[in-house]
Amino acid sequence: MSGQTTTVPGAAVTRLSKQVVATAHPRGPRTWVATGVVNVVTAAIGLAFLVPMLWVVFAAFNARAGLKVEWPGSNFSLDNFRAVMTPETTYRPMWNGLVLCVGAAAIAIVVATLAAYPLSRFQTRYKRPFLLTILFSTGLPITAIMVPVYGLFVQLNLIDTLGGTIAFMATTSLPISIFLTKNFMDGVPISLEEAAWTDGASSMQTLRYVVLPLMWPGLSVVTIFTFIGLWGNFFIPFVLLLSPDRLPASVSIFTFFGQYGSVQWGQLAAYSVLYTLPVILLYLLLSRRLGGAFTFGGALKG
Amino acid sequence: MATLTRPGSPETGTELHRRTHPLRVDIARALPLTPAVVLLLVFLAGPILWCCYAAFTDTALTGAGSGATRFVGLDNFRQAFGSDAFRNSVVLTLVFTVLSAVVGQNLLGLALALLQKRAARVVRMLVGTAVIGAWVIPEVVAGYVWYAFLAKDGTLNEIIGTLGLGQNWLYTLPILAVSIANVWRGTAFSMLVYNAALSEIPQEIEEAAEMDGATGFSRLRYVTIPMIRRTVTTNLMLITLQTLSVFGLIYTMTKGGPGTKSQTLPLYMYEQAFSFSQLGYGTAIALVLLAVGAVFSVVYMRLLREEA
Repeated sequence: MSGQTTTVPGAAVTRLSKQVVATAHPRGPRTWVATGVVNVVTAAIGLAFLVPMLWVVFAAFNARAGLKVEWPGSNFSLDNFRAVMTPETTYRPMWNGLVLCVGAAAIAIVVATLAAYPLSRFQTRYKRPFLLTILFSTGLPITAIMVPVYGLFVQLNLIDTLGGTIAFMATTSLPISIFLTKNFMDGVPISLEEAAWTDGASSMQTLRYVVLPLMWPGLSVVTIFTFIGLWGNFFIPFVLLLSPDRLPASVSIFTFFGQYGSVQWGQLAAYSVLYTLPVILLYLLLSRRLGGAFTFGGALKG
Repeated sequence: MATLTRPGSPETGTELHRRTHPLRVDIARALPLTPAVVLLLVFLAGPILWCCYAAFTDTALTGAGSGATRFVGLDNFRQAFGSDAFRNSVVLTLVFTVLSAVVGQNLLGLALALLQKRAARVVRMLVGTAVIGAWVIPEVVAGYVWYAFLAKDGTLNEIIGTLGLGQNWLYTLPILAVSIANVWRGTAFSMLVYNAALSEIPQEIEEAAEMDGATGFSRLRYVTIPMIRRTVTTNLMLITLQTLSVFGLIYTMTKGGPGTKSQTLPLYMYEQAFSFSQLGYGTAIALVLLAVGAVFSVVYMRLLREEA
């Protein structure tokens, strides 16, 4: 609360610490207790996150699954998976989802890489306002524009087409893709490009032969990140696609299970496991590299 | 294109020996931006502009407005603000956003990031996996997970059954139920953001504060928080906007019900625009939703500027 303390904490602290530099860290029974408490509290929060999730996994393998988290035990069976792994329940929606998300992620990455290059390499007076606009669109609540987008799609005759939906999904992930790609591109040193430039290479050639080979790791992070976001998206295909045979997994899970009175919970869980598995695997692939994406610090520099 | 040089690199032509480039060079350089700009204009800016127009018309999928669209002025907004269902959904949206994003995800994310710094390696990894797992799974699956957890025969009642509190939480406390589900689903984002911010604080500062005898809480309040202030504000802005547009999670868990007790603005908008075919009215709701997002953003931007 008191302004004085908060304004110069670093300076005050450093000055004072010089006087007490001899005092070592307190290491004793108290620290042990504190560490114990920290671990218990952290583990308890983790448990609270884990327990609801266990239902999906246990129920999927339980022939008589209900809504409780129950170890399948003697009811263990793969019947739920057998029941849902049919073309119309699982394979087609998964395929549709794959077409939508791979298509949209691919467009987003190509377009974002092209856009990131001038934003990362050149200085113009329009750059900062442009980047700020991109940053703002990152937070745009897409849900809010779905009604006008529906209207637009009706006008353009794009309703219930995979192509239109792919283009729109690509656009919704463009701002964050441009933003992340630019940040990764900033990390590629310019010195190599300068050599290529002096030799007369065009900027597109430089991008293709010098920059891209150096930033595959970053690009794969952006691609996977985009794909995961799109794979889970429910509202966009829910609004823009109508025919049951075009619906992706995110929507069909709802139409297959959400509308009937007596839901087969085990089958719903089994389907959820199948639908969730791809994003879990992809996340494991990139988890080590994603850390850098969450710092806002260097967002608008340069 | 071939003669382009970067500022700072050895010039190859005298023509480029200027600070500001000729317009021609600027345009050539901006060319790769074209696909992005076109897509963003057509699919994001276009709908927003159309939103601003259609909200003042009686555009409809069926019925009176479906033939010739009429300009109706502020009628849609008058109808909205005069309707109990609309005011109800505005209040629910604010409750949902403040409860699940500003308080829930933000504080729990910060707490987790702080705890993880001190926790044992195994604990840190397991908890991180659980929290991020909840974030990675698709929102409809998260909806079903929480439906199962909070239903009458669900896990929560099984756990607290002995206390005699068993009830269908989705019926008795629907907005709290969906808020908690959203905290569960979204906390990972804040946690990762705060993890990154905390790791950038130089260790000497924390150690120095510790040596000065600043105990846990005062160190947090006077050293750690002030140092990550900008991150806190930016994070708040992003999670607020994300939470404002939550649809699938609530739709799966309660469909906005019972009645309209968890019908936030996106669900009300969906019902009006698509179930009742009132596109014009639905667009007006969309505009209100965008305005709510803009108000939150302006407040956060103000906070950011004051700190800068």
